[in-house]
Amino acid sequence: MRRWLLLALWPLAVSAQEVRPSREFLSPALRAQQEDPSRHPGWLWVDEGEAIWRRGERSCQSCHGDISAMRGVATRYPAVASDGALLNLEGRIERCRVENQGAAPFGYESEALLSLTAAVARQSRGMAMSVPVDGAAAAFLEEGHAFYETRQGQLNLSCGQCHDANAGRRLRGDVISHGLGTGYPAYRLEWNGMGSLHRRLRACSLGVRATQFPLGSREYLTLELYLAHRARGMPVEAPGLRR
Amino acid sequence: MRAALVLLWLATPAFAEVAPFIVTGDALEAPLVAAPASAARGEAIVKNRETANCLICHAIPDPRERFMGDVGPPLAGVGSRLTPGQIRLRLVDPTRLNAEAIMPAYHRTEGLNRVDPRYLGRPVLTAMEIEDVVAYLARLKE
Repeated sequence: MRRWLLLALWPLAVSAQEVRPSREFLSPALRAQQEDPSRHPGWLWVDEGEAIWRRGERSCQSCHGDISAMRGVATRYPAVASDGALLNLEGRIERCRVENQGAAPFGYESEALLSLTAAVARQSRGMAMSVPVDGAAAAFLEEGHAFYETRQGQLNLSCGQCHDANAGRRLRGDVISHGLGTGYPAYRLEWNGMGSLHRRLRACSLGVRATQFPLGSREYLTLELYLAHRARGMPVEAPGLRR
Repeated sequence: MRAALVLLWLATPAFAEVAPFIVTGDALEAPLVAAPASAARGEAIVKNRETANCLICHAIPDPRERFMGDVGPPLAGVGSRLTPGQIRLRLVDPTRLNAEAIMPAYHRTEGLNRVDPRYLGRPVLTAMEIEDVVAYLARLKE
């Protein structure tokens, strides 16, 4: 019985292994630039984020110490907090600000939050994604997986129809990647700036003419968890560089 | 009963925007509108990046076009491979032939999830636009 189960799961395991890091879908020039901080504009945000980490009386540093202590954290997010809420890095930072620093939240997509998120994520750069999906996370994962597989929008496309079946092919001049979130926050040339994964997901929703959900919404958070799980073993690339 | 159905047809924008049609085998033989189709208009629709955006996935035999996608098959010779009726059904709703088809249904409003309110109840292409695109593609003989 157990052997049959394993056999039944085998194709799934194979397809999961075929997921490739986002950087492998970049042009050679962009890929080289992503690896070179001196030519990667996203590092302006990283530098600002590291400054914010140290700033103020009740700074991040006053509790956590040097930001290098955040090494590995981004590989484990989104994560379920003690009160049952699913938090991505942005959400965790905002909550820490309000609850522990007694400060007003930065606001999703603010330059300050993007900077701090990028600086924290950067500490895990190159480390393998390994987000926990057991316990309280399991139900969120299933929700995100269902969203990923559901055809939606006027163009009636699921995430997987492009990012599983057609990765490596071209939409106009762009190569379709496996759709991992590992490079976010990322500097996108189209944006001329840094942006969050949820901003990118809103662009995907718009592309298939589907409802765009708010930044930080449950729909995008659970999808982010599924994408992080799908990326297990893949390196964190944040801050990424994208077209 | 029939009168009630017709009234419903007229009263519901979602239905009013989609022309009725009859599928025969793997084709939709009858044009969706009586007005004559224009291959020139169809070519413009195929190349338009804001509406149909066919070239995001397909290539056409036109050296002036750059950055065409390769998710779908190249359209060169489609007019030899398929009849106008077969082309029409593949534009209107490819999922009638293959439920897993990645190509969107360009003239359908029902059975869709989470449609952006701006597009709710409206097909991607009108019946006339479908006919124009059929006329253009049918001419791509090689």
